[in-house]
Amino acid sequence: MIGRLLLRDLALLMPGGRRGGALLPLLFFLAVAMLYPFAVGPDAPLLARTGGGVIWVAALLAAILPLDRLVAPDLAEGVFDQLAVRGVAEELAIAVRMLAHWLSFAPLLLLATFAAAALLGLGQETLRTVLLGLLAGTPGLAAIGVLIAALTASLRGGAALAGLLLIPLSVPILIFGAGALARPDGGGLAFAAAISLLLVAVTPFAAGAAIRAARES
Amino acid sequence: MQAMLAARDLACRRGERLLFRGLSLALSRGEACHVAGPNGIGKTSLIRILAGLLRPFHGSVECRASIGLLDERHALDPQVPLDRALAFWSELDGSGASLMAAHRERLGLADLADVPVRYLSTGQRKRAALARLLGQRAPVWLLDEPLNGLDTAGTELVETLIAEHRAAGGACVVASHQPIRLTEGTRLEITDFAA
Repeated sequence: MIGRLLLRDLALLMPGGRRGGALLPLLFFLAVAMLYPFAVGPDAPLLARTGGGVIWVAALLAAILPLDRLVAPDLAEGVFDQLAVRGVAEELAIAVRMLAHWLSFAPLLLLATFAAAALLGLGQETLRTVLLGLLAGTPGLAAIGVLIAALTASLRGGAALAGLLLIPLSVPILIFGAGALARPDGGGLAFAAAISLLLVAVTPFAAGAAIRAARES
Repeated sequence: MQAMLAARDLACRRGERLLFRGLSLALSRGEACHVAGPNGIGKTSLIRILAGLLRPFHGSVECRASIGLLDERHALDPQVPLDRALAFWSELDGSGASLMAAHRERLGLADLADVPVRYLSTGQRKRAALARLLGQRAPVWLLDEPLNGLDTAGTELVETLIAEHRAAGGACVVASHQPIRLTEGTRLEITDFAA
């Protein structure tokens, strides 16, 4: 059953998927990496020093883009209700959705990071730290995305609110993930991974409760 | 005989308003109940309470069998072709593709298999949701306004499907403001329980 849920979620969310627009976050991410050198000018040392941080900000903003497609359509169509009468807990459906969301943006984002690193002229060492940081941080970003999508799904103007809510919640991942660029000891990466794990663990329960609360409204 | 679905002393509150109270209901195998009443009286809320999706303000619901729910939200992905949208549910419910094809045929959707759900008309979507319900093979049916959007032939088909479901030992609660023919079914006027 988990497999069937995952297949459906992937068919809806993956690039070229049925809910469309899954390539937009990726293009957005690359667009930021492409525009940044034009904005600050052709100063190679400056770009190499700040580029890692720019990639992080671009990744974070790219993770916001698909939020309105994550939970709201299923809530409006009654999919969670039909799953509930079949005994499928909201928590399980959300956990599967979280995995599908991560698969739909993170692997491509990591690939695009190579292109972004080339555009910004990052060194090998920085690229490695950024990749490891994104690997540690993106599960957390996926969890935050699903959590916020569930919390705002039944609200009017939820999409705009979702974007604002993501910023404070993702700051810890950003601080430690991007902070790893300045500290060579790997402590930042470990912290980013720990925060990610915590978010991944909490999100199914919080988002499941949000979906049940949305039924009462 | 033990009731498949029993609700005791239900009360429902939406916001600050108490919609109904003191409502009890019990259905055994083969029984049906028509929940009637004007708009906004709490028919949908009652169905959702019976389905376990809404907590009652007071009282309890006990259900001994799995529930099939049909309401205004059909849970069929709008962008997906009809047969794929139905296949997701029939696979989840463990009923085969050929059985689902038979249900589709029965409901007059045979030619629409590869049409995306969003291009279907209101009545066709309702028929598709009925196909999903049939594929679920749940003993207890909770139908919220099942006749909305259906033509005369569709209405008769729903009445026949309910009769067949009951003959096979199922129970059925139908909430509808429209008249619906249920042989030897009970009728429950929510206005009698209005707070």
